[in-house]
Amino acid sequence: MASITLKNIVKKYGDGYPAVNDVSIDIDDGEFVILVGPSGCGKSTLLRMIVGLEDITDGELLIGGERVNEKAPRDRNLAMVFQNYALYPHLTVFENIAFPMRLAKGQFSEDEVKEKVNQAAKLLELTEHLERKPGNLSGGQRQRVAMGRAIVRDANAFLFDEPLSNLDAKLRGQMRAEISRLQRSLNTTSVYVTHDQTEAMTLGDRVAVLKKGVLQQIASPRELYEQPANLFVAGFIGAPSMNFLPGTVETNSAGNPCLSTPLGEIELPEHLAAAGKDKEIVLAGIRPEFFEEASQVEERRRGHGSVISAELSHVEWLGNEQYGYIGYENDPRVVETLQRLAEDMDSDDLRTQLVVALDAMSRVRGGDTIDLWVETRRIHLFDPATGENLTRDAEAGAELTRLAAEDRKRDRERQASRD
Amino acid sequence: MAGSSGLTGRQKLGWAAVSVVILVYALFPVAAIFANSFKTQADLGNPTFWPSNWTWGNYQEIFVGGAQELFLTALRNSIGITLIATFIAVVLATLCAYAIARMDFPGKRFVLGTALAVSIFPVISVVTPLFNLWRTIGLYDTWLGLIIPYLSLTLPISIWTLSAFFRQIPWELEQAAQVDGATQWQAFRKAIVPLAAPGVFTTAIIAFFIAWNDFVYGISLTSTEAARPVPAALAFFTGASQFEEPTGAISAAAIVVTIPVVLLVLLFQRQIVSGLTQGAVKG
Repeated sequence: MASITLKNIVKKYGDGYPAVNDVSIDIDDGEFVILVGPSGCGKSTLLRMIVGLEDITDGELLIGGERVNEKAPRDRNLAMVFQNYALYPHLTVFENIAFPMRLAKGQFSEDEVKEKVNQAAKLLELTEHLERKPGNLSGGQRQRVAMGRAIVRDANAFLFDEPLSNLDAKLRGQMRAEISRLQRSLNTTSVYVTHDQTEAMTLGDRVAVLKKGVLQQIASPRELYEQPANLFVAGFIGAPSMNFLPGTVETNSAGNPCLSTPLGEIELPEHLAAAGKDKEIVLAGIRPEFFEEASQVEERRRGHGSVISAELSHVEWLGNEQYGYIGYENDPRVVETLQRLAEDMDSDDLRTQLVVALDAMSRVRGGDTIDLWVETRRIHLFDPATGENLTRDAEAGAELTRLAAEDRKRDRERQASRD
Repeated sequence: MAGSSGLTGRQKLGWAAVSVVILVYALFPVAAIFANSFKTQADLGNPTFWPSNWTWGNYQEIFVGGAQELFLTALRNSIGITLIATFIAVVLATLCAYAIARMDFPGKRFVLGTALAVSIFPVISVVTPLFNLWRTIGLYDTWLGLIIPYLSLTLPISIWTLSAFFRQIPWELEQAAQVDGATQWQAFRKAIVPLAAPGVFTTAIIAFFIAWNDFVYGISLTSTEAARPVPAALAFFTGASQFEEPTGAISAAAIVVTIPVVLLVLLFQRQIVSGLTQGAVKG
């Protein structure tokens, strides 16, 4: 077990294009860090540089405080789970799991190998499959064999390269829980690459969001969600995505600061208005669940928000909640920004509709005009020109990440006392 | 396409009939030669398919009788030359195919194209200039003089089959092995070789057949039993008198040289297990 430190890591390919550009991350001993981003953001390249399958063009990589840039993969003592499992098809499950120990000649006696493999198999519920070949296993079983191969060694860290992307949705959920449980119980430093923000949010102690090889933000899932650094992080984290409503900060007839949007005026708290008032136009980042039907809002919360009236184009009822969609005319000044954002995020919708999360009990239908209350305290304002979050509260964000680290520590102590 | 289970009864019958016709067409000559090899000289003229009385005479003739020297040396030549040519072809083709499958280098298509072009050349158009060249430089009627042209026959097909095969190998395994603690050589030997072996075996068998069956080079580039392979030697069999055709002995020899081919297929059938790579990566 060891910490991993990335110092200004750069990866340039032959054509000079930086696939990874100046990324610095400190990963604590035992920490679970997720690298997330759309395809082509350099997350896999970064992981492969850590494990040693790609050369590092520039920067320094330290494992356990020791520089390993020039070390071969086998000298780094890391275990990796590949996207395609990379099992050895000619070996049985037992031999697949035992493979790393067989390579470390003389280090393990035959009995030790047997014991360790059986232990791992028990942990991963593979005991009855030990004599089978990988070709006869299901996707989830293959995935577990790949993990078994990683855990039998006392590796410095686990590296996961999109390990769940080949599984169907239900199995993915199960394996996600499995990986989380395993990592917590083994308490091994882990780096996990994914393009799926749900995996990132549920697994990570901290999540590093990458775009085009550049680190956008690294923080606890809660901080990413509540205090995103920029438009990209805000849009990438959360499902359904954050709404970006164009508007200008003005003063309404009652003399209060407000945001004038295509959907009407939204009153803003002072500190938000102050951050956005110098800009010609801003994008208001409003998550779907910031909205609520005005009639449902309790009196004491009413004051923390503002009410707009809009016509729903259609609703989607999902059982536990429902989403309403509201079309609006986008401001031509932000169209380009939002289009670029959609491209960056690998999606192609132009976001000219607002998504609002409504109570599942509500019987509103498409075509109804309803009053929507929006919790304005949690809105963020973004500068369309730079994408920067104008209203980010860095301190509140850091506090969230600190709390996450505390939770993590508590988990670890509980685990230790149990063992 | 529908599987066999999707065929109606009539379709099945049709397929069976067509298969039988093709089988008979392909195997009848072999059966005829087999029957002939057990006939006596007198029996050969009779219009019956099977021998009227079975005899090992023809086999005695080629193994211990008058044709012994001619046949056995030719057999030794054939085995030696073919094995060496196959071995060299497979080693070279493996290296070449590895480069083609794994690396990106300028001229990759050119190599493959040239290999194809070489295999398209009719043997007969090459053999005359080769005959003159070999006589001048002293390769005529030597083992090496046959091994080199055999390589030109076996290399192109070996390169093509192997590079197609290597492209399908999940090379990620090599990296996985390296992360698991293997050196580059160990990763290749423990993760890749077991997967590549069936392909190499298949290629070796194909190359062996091609070289084994050659006749034109064998007859044109040799003049004595120093290097003459079996297919060419058969043409030099003589009967008991000059008025007798050695049909029986030739048939026996033909059956004998067919045996290694059949044996090879039976032996290595298991090595060519298809689907060995299944399950390495997402199936």
